[in-house]
Amino acid sequence: MPVNKVFDTFDAAVADVVDGSMIHVGGFGTAAEYPSYLIAALARSGVSGLTLTGNHSGFSEDQLKMMKDANLGIIKYPDDYVSPGLLVQRGQVAKGIYAFPVLNRGLEVPFETLLNEGKVELELIGQGSLAERIRAARAGIAAFYTPVGVGTVVAEGKEVRDFDGRPHVLEHALKADVSIIRAHKADRYGNLVYKGTARTFNATMAGAAHLTIAEVDEVVELGELDPECIVTAAPYVQRVVVRPATMSTSWETPC
Amino acid sequence: MTNFEDKPRLDEWSMAMRASQDVREGMIVNLGMGIPMLVSAFVEPEREVMFHTENGIIGYGRVIDDADAVDPNCVNAGGQPVERAPGMSFMSHDDSFALIRGGWIDVTMLGSLQVGANGDLANYHPPGKVVGSIGGAQDLAYCAKKVVVLMTHRTKSGASKIMQQVDLPITAPTCVSRVITDIAVVDVTPDGLVLREVLSGWTPDEVQQVTDAELTVPDDVVELSL
Repeated sequence: MPVNKVFDTFDAAVADVVDGSMIHVGGFGTAAEYPSYLIAALARSGVSGLTLTGNHSGFSEDQLKMMKDANLGIIKYPDDYVSPGLLVQRGQVAKGIYAFPVLNRGLEVPFETLLNEGKVELELIGQGSLAERIRAARAGIAAFYTPVGVGTVVAEGKEVRDFDGRPHVLEHALKADVSIIRAHKADRYGNLVYKGTARTFNATMAGAAHLTIAEVDEVVELGELDPECIVTAAPYVQRVVVRPATMSTSWETPC
Repeated sequence: MTNFEDKPRLDEWSMAMRASQDVREGMIVNLGMGIPMLVSAFVEPEREVMFHTENGIIGYGRVIDDADAVDPNCVNAGGQPVERAPGMSFMSHDDSFALIRGGWIDVTMLGSLQVGANGDLANYHPPGKVVGSIGGAQDLAYCAKKVVVLMTHRTKSGASKIMQQVDLPITAPTCVSRVITDIAVVDVTPDGLVLREVLSGWTPDEVQQVTDAELTVPDDVVELSL
């Protein structure tokens, strides 16, 4: 049987994700970067007690709708944009490891509400240390020392050691059970290329879990992706699912 | 103490314009959210500067305000669409922060809530919040070659944001080298804070009166010009 990592549906691709899993959620801050269909499939599956990592904890359904309607900024929010905040809002998340758990002004996102109620746990970490902890997991590095964070809240309780006269804090790799990421094109081996700034945490999280699932715009024939330009190599990716040609307008619709 | 409410202050665009004078050709520059993001508008394309954004671009062009020209896959860390400029490249988040942590950023310009006389930066945890979002500022603050803060001199209620000792949680210790506010430019030096530039309409003594931290006023203090 030829290798084929392409799954027919998002629901099938996440069907074996279990309660209590740690999940790296790709994306950064705008719609084009998020694996919206995989997030929606996890919401439909009802899996709970999750630990999520990512840049931002995300928005509630109502907040996203308001932002779509208000057309804030000049970047349009497509109707099929689903934020990781949906999983938080639905009570599926027990812990978040985030650089942006809350907005420093303005809206109260679902994670902030639940944090204030004592219903979720937070591990606050700067973006660079978060990205490197994830990269380290892919690369088989157990932990590393970084100068960033020494003397601040993110270093509390962590080992500090001097190198070249500068204090560094020990940060541990974050190996997840599952990474869900968004890419542009894939082939059936799981090679990936990204589109512009949607590379961000998506390429970082590929391979930093036992199971990496990529949501892509298109699957192309093997050999069509230029080997000089492939960003994520096949071994890091176990499953690929193609976004539908017709945009889904509700996360509740099986897909 | 008077509040000097009738005195002139720079608006955000003018603060960004002043900050753009510190951006020189050949520099690698990271602009944080808020006022700093406005700075690139004042750097003419002939002055070749590579702007870095931590979500994964080095060398982006101008911020786009024409909805028809927007590419949702080419945005800065504040979610603003930016131009694809010749010589730019995309990178993953871990590569982007390797660039920061590795010391390749010449100057980062950040917003802040408070700056201490020793250069402490407190810019992530607003008073009254249970937690703050530390974002990408922390790596920039620790590892950029130079950290410039752009912020109003005082809070909306009139409290000084340049403090002898900050009282909000710090993002990074002793990292700021210059503060550009709506009334002054202040440098952080080993000997303390030095007032370099004062907005027309203010005297150095009046700036000191609205500043919690002690300022040294050298003989060569000049008028802030745009």
